[in-house]
Amino acid sequence: MSGTRLSPARLGPRDVLHVGSAGLRTRPLRVVLSALGIAIGIATMIAVVGISSSSKAQLLRQLDQLGTNLLVASPGQGLFGEKVKLPKESIGMLSRIPGVEQVGATGDLAQSVRRSEKIPKDETGGITVKAATEGLLDVVRGAVGSGIWLNEANGRYPSTVLGHVAAQRLGITAPGQQVHIGGRYFTVIGILDPLPLAPEIERAALVGWDGAGTLLGFDGHPTQIYERSTDRTVSAVRELIPRTVDPQNPRNVQVTDPSSALQAKAATEGAFTDLLLGLGGVALLVGGVGVANTMIISVLERRHEIGLRRSLGATRGQIRLQFVTESLLLSGLGGLAGVALGAVATYAFAASGGLPWVVPLWAVTGGFAATLLIGTVAGLYPAVRAARLSPTLALHTG
Amino acid sequence: MSAVVELNQVTKEYPGGVTALHGVDLRIGRGELLAIVGPSGSGKSTLLHIVGTLDRPSAGSVTLAGHDVAALSDRRLSALRARHIGFVFQSFHLVAGVSAQDNVAEGLLYSGLPRAQRRRRAALALERVGLADRMHHRPHELSGGQRQRVAIARAVVGEPDLLLADEPTGALDSASSGAVMELLHDLNAEGATIAVITHDGEIADSLPRQVRIRDGRVVADLRTGAADPADRGGER
Ligand SMILES: Nc1ncnc2c1ncn2[C@@H]1O[C@H](COP(=O)(O)OP(=O)(O)OP(=O)(O)O)[C@@H](O)[C@H]1O
Ligand SMILES: [Mg+2]
Repeated sequence: MSGTRLSPARLGPRDVLHVGSAGLRTRPLRVVLSALGIAIGIATMIAVVGISSSSKAQLLRQLDQLGTNLLVASPGQGLFGEKVKLPKESIGMLSRIPGVEQVGATGDLAQSVRRSEKIPKDETGGITVKAATEGLLDVVRGAVGSGIWLNEANGRYPSTVLGHVAAQRLGITAPGQQVHIGGRYFTVIGILDPLPLAPEIERAALVGWDGAGTLLGFDGHPTQIYERSTDRTVSAVRELIPRTVDPQNPRNVQVTDPSSALQAKAATEGAFTDLLLGLGGVALLVGGVGVANTMIISVLERRHEIGLRRSLGATRGQIRLQFVTESLLLSGLGGLAGVALGAVATYAFAASGGLPWVVPLWAVTGGFAATLLIGTVAGLYPAVRAARLSPTLALHTG
Repeated sequence: MSAVVELNQVTKEYPGGVTALHGVDLRIGRGELLAIVGPSGSGKSTLLHIVGTLDRPSAGSVTLAGHDVAALSDRRLSALRARHIGFVFQSFHLVAGVSAQDNVAEGLLYSGLPRAQRRRRAALALERVGLADRMHHRPHELSGGQRQRVAIARAVVGEPDLLLADEPTGALDSASSGAVMELLHDLNAEGATIAVITHDGEIADSLPRQVRIRDGRVVADLRTGAADPADRGGER
C-alpha cells in the first residue's frame, strides 16, 4: 500500500463548471445584482459603438444612393472681391467635357417669394427664388414628393416647384396653392422631397428657365451648374471645369463636391463616442469591483464549504479554480446580458431613426473578452484567499 | 493487526503559545472502533485533525495508510484524504440546496471517478445508511439525524481506510444519536475503521476502545471489550 503513488485526480470541465456554479445557484438575487454592474458597462459600450456604427452605415448608405460623382460649379469672387457671373453658354460647354453624363443648373433671381402680397417683401424666411433647367432634378437625384416637375410646357407659365424646406416655411402643403413672386401669383405645381446633397435647392422656389426670363426678367446667367460624370472621370472633370466654363477667367469659377461634407461626417462619426465609451469603461470597472466584492463575501460565507471540500480531498488549486470559475461565470453572465441589452438598445435607436441595425462583431467579442478578463482579475484574489484558508480553521464552527 | 494510523510523539503547538498536544503516541489498527474522550479543550479535535491530515504536527511523526505524512506535499495530502479518509462533523456541513444524493456524490468528486458512477455509488451509500427514500430531499427537508446519516454516507461512499467523526451526535437528540451510533457500529462490523470523538460517556462506554485525553496527553487507553463488533450489526 505504501507503494501507491499519491496524485490528486483532475476535475473534468463539467465538474469545474458544477462546483463553480454551486454558489451561484443558491443565491440568484445576488448573482443578478452583482452581474448588473458589468451588464450596464457592457451594454453602454455596445450601444455606443452600435449606435455610432448604425449612424455611419446610414451615412454610407446615403452616400451610396446619392453618389460621390456630383460636382457643382459656381462663380467665385473676382480679383477685387466683385461679383462675377458665369457665362450664359457655360452649361452647354460643361456638358461637352468627356465623362460628363448629366448637367443641370440654377440661376439666382433677385426676387422674394411670399404667401401673399400683404406680407412685406423683406420677410423672405431665408427662401430664394431660382430659375431651374429641366435636367436639374435628375442631376441632384431629387424626387417630386407631390405634384410634377417643371417642363417646357408649364415652365413658360407662372408656375413654381418648391423645395421641401421652402414649402414648409411658406406653409404650402399641396400643389395647387399659390405664392407671390415678383409682383404676380405663381401656382405651386410640385413639392420636392429632401435633397441631402443640395440644401440650397431645398430652400428655394424654382421657376422654369425660360419662364424666369419672360416673367421675372432672368438674365440667363447660371449661378450653380450641377454635373454628374462617370465615377472614374470625377477628378479629371474637376480639373477641366474652370477652363471650360470660363476660358478667360478660370479663377472665377469655384468647383465644390457636395458629397464631401457627408463623407467627412461619416468619417468623424464616432469621434464624440470616445467620451461615452469611457463612461462605459468606468461602469465596467465599477462592475468588476462589485464582482470582486461579491466574491470576497462569498469566500467568507463559505468557509465551511471550503473546509469540507479540503477534507474531501480538494487541492488548493481546485479550490482556487472553483472560485475563479464562479467569478468568471458571474461576470460572463453580466457580459452576456450586457451584449444583449446593448444590441437591443441599438436596435431600438436604429428602428426609431430608420437606420440600418449594425452591432460590430469586434465590439461584441471585445466586450465579452473584457468581461472575462475582469472576471479573472476580480476572482483571483478571493480565490487565492480561499485556497490559503487552513482546512481546520475553515471547519471551525463559530 | 496492521495499523491504519500511527502517531509517534506527536506535539501540536498553535501560534500564540498554546500546546494542544504533548507527545501523543497512538496506533489505530484496521477494523477498530474507538472513542476519543476528554474534557473540553483537551485536544481531541486537534488530534483528529492531525490524524486526518487536515493539520500537520509541530513535532513527531504521523503515518497514515503507509504514507509518512510529513514527507507529503499539500497536493499529495489532498489526494491521500480523497482516497483514504472520511470525515463526519458535528454540524454536518451539507451543501444547502443540493439533494441528498448529490451531497453524497460530492464525497467522490475529488476521487477522479466519472460523474455517473459517483451518483450511482452515492445512491448505494444512501441506501446503506437507510435513506433510500430520501435520495432527492434537500438538507432543509431532512431531520438532524437524517442529515448526519447523509454526512456519514458522504464520508464512507469512497470506502475510506479510516472514518473520523468529531462529535457526530453532538447536535442530535438521544433517539437520533442512537440511530447514528448504531450505523457506525454496523459500518464497523462490515470492516470500517472508525474513530469517534464524544462527550457522551454512555456512547464511549459502548465502544470497544476508549482513548482518554487530558491537557493534550493520552491519559488512558482502555479496551473494554464492550460490544464486540462481531455480535452487532448486519440487520439493517
Ligand atoms: N486554531 C487554533 N489556534 C490556537 N489555539 C487553538 C486552535 N485550535 C484549538 N486551539 C486550542 O487548542 C486546545 C485544544 O483544542 P481542541 O479544539 O482540540 O479541543 P477539544 O478537545 O476538541 O475541545 P471541545 O471538546 O470543546 O471540542 C484548546 O485550548 C484550544 O483553545
Ligand atoms: Mg472539539
